[in-house]
Amino acid sequence: MPVQDLKGRPVWQRRSGSESLAHWVMWLIGVAIFAYCWQQISAATTWFFVWDAPRIADDIWSRATPPRWEYITQLGKPIWDTINIATLGTIIALILAVPVAFLAARNTTPSRFIIRPVALLIIVSTRSINSLIWALLLIAIIGPGVFAGVIAIAIRSIGFCAKLLYEAIEEINETQVEAITATGASRWQVMAYGIVPQILPAFAGIAVFRWDINIRESTVLGLVGAGGIGLQLSSSLNVLAWPQVSLILLVILAAVVISEWVSAKVRGAII
Amino acid sequence: MSELQTLVGKPWKKPPFVQRTWLRWALLIGFVVYLLAAFMTIEVNWARVYEGLERGKQFVLAFTSPDFTSRSGDIWEGMIESIIMTVASSVVGIAISIPIALGAARNIAPLPVYLICRSIIAVSRALQEIIVAILLVAIFGFGPLAGFLTLSFATIGFLSKLLAEDIESMDRVQAEAIRASGAKWTQWINYGVQPQVMPRLIGLSIYRLDINFRESAILGLVGAGGIGATLNTAFDRYEYDTAAAILLMIILIVMALEYLSGIIRERVQ
Repeated sequence: MPVQDLKGRPVWQRRSGSESLAHWVMWLIGVAIFAYCWQQISAATTWFFVWDAPRIADDIWSRATPPRWEYITQLGKPIWDTINIATLGTIIALILAVPVAFLAARNTTPSRFIIRPVALLIIVSTRSINSLIWALLLIAIIGPGVFAGVIAIAIRSIGFCAKLLYEAIEEINETQVEAITATGASRWQVMAYGIVPQILPAFAGIAVFRWDINIRESTVLGLVGAGGIGLQLSSSLNVLAWPQVSLILLVILAAVVISEWVSAKVRGAII
Repeated sequence: MSELQTLVGKPWKKPPFVQRTWLRWALLIGFVVYLLAAFMTIEVNWARVYEGLERGKQFVLAFTSPDFTSRSGDIWEGMIESIIMTVASSVVGIAISIPIALGAARNIAPLPVYLICRSIIAVSRALQEIIVAILLVAIFGFGPLAGFLTLSFATIGFLSKLLAEDIESMDRVQAEAIRASGAKWTQWINYGVQPQVMPRLIGLSIYRLDINFRESAILGLVGAGGIGATLNTAFDRYEYDTAAAILLMIILIVMALEYLSGIIRERVQ
């Protein structure tokens, strides 16, 4: 226990001398890095605009209120498209994620040194690229529209679902699998009766959780042209129709809140 | 006995996932109807898709020969800007979210403070990064400042919520022991609460750093600085080899961060 001698009386200290020095140096380096980053950001900023920001914000606010409520009649189809992008994307992602997860889990993978790394690579690479970037890419390849959005959401979700699912598979109770194996079941029967029932609740939870995230993501996919309500948002922004923008933002907010509520309810019912 | 008698001789059947029969069928039929409706309304231009397959092949092939050199200046600048935005916004976001997390933990904060902090978290979580970025770019002009503010704002919602949950589930006994020794409020937080939540805070911070980097890659699409603008230009010009190079760099950095966070989280826990 580090103790400091203070006027002949021992006083408890949290860290010893060298420890606190190391701590101090670490903080110094951290602050220096942050200062450098801040200086770079500030060099790239037009400060005049920043000082002017409150006036601009006020201006935008006065233009955006009140929202143009009658525009909501034109938002029905985009919202339907948005929900479809999220739902179909999630379904496709789940169909693709299940085999990937089984290949990636340590206890079910057929080959630990060849197939497992490949499956992990699929998981990492699909997860680390945002759905907007996937959408950009797919629009360049298969053209703009809802279909590109569905595929973008699907690809992006594979990694997420497969990662959570393979962790669930690795945590299963081995004794149940052993019991099924002992009855003379084949490899597929072991999977269907020993493993699948154990991961089904996790699977349903992951599906709903990802669906919720996908609703959020699909609302903005239209910004790059992949369908949904984001298309309306970007066209309204382009013509500076702020009352429409504020209405669309309200609709998006409502969609996000509702989907979060639904997902919380369903997950509560499952688990 | 009679119950057993009726069961004997019948083959075993897997119990269904949804217990109630009518609910199971209703869910199934509703799902199929929805799927049909959804498929009907999606217009797919299959000719266009078929045409695009060639470009898709080119893109996949581009991954085998990514071009780091011909746009190296732009890539380098964009990457540095992304990293700078990530680091700065993570630092500021974490610094702001710690007091908010303390305020949003019911066992520490009084009710009014709790409600205010929880509503800040709710607002920050409900608004998406990219929408916040659009608004901030409109207000503050193009550049990394808008991206920095966006990511800081998003960090607050994420980190405060998870940290507050951790504080709420902490061990009361240790905190009480510190308080019984006559500690002031700040000392109580510093010696009673902070050591308990520190591992989680470090883990979450690194995880958020990882997320912020990923998000910073798309903020450039709406003009908020970072690698996104370069990536967008590369796609628009059909320069798939450059785009592949950028994507590979993003994947590599994310993998490195994930690996690092795994090591650090193992060490602190």
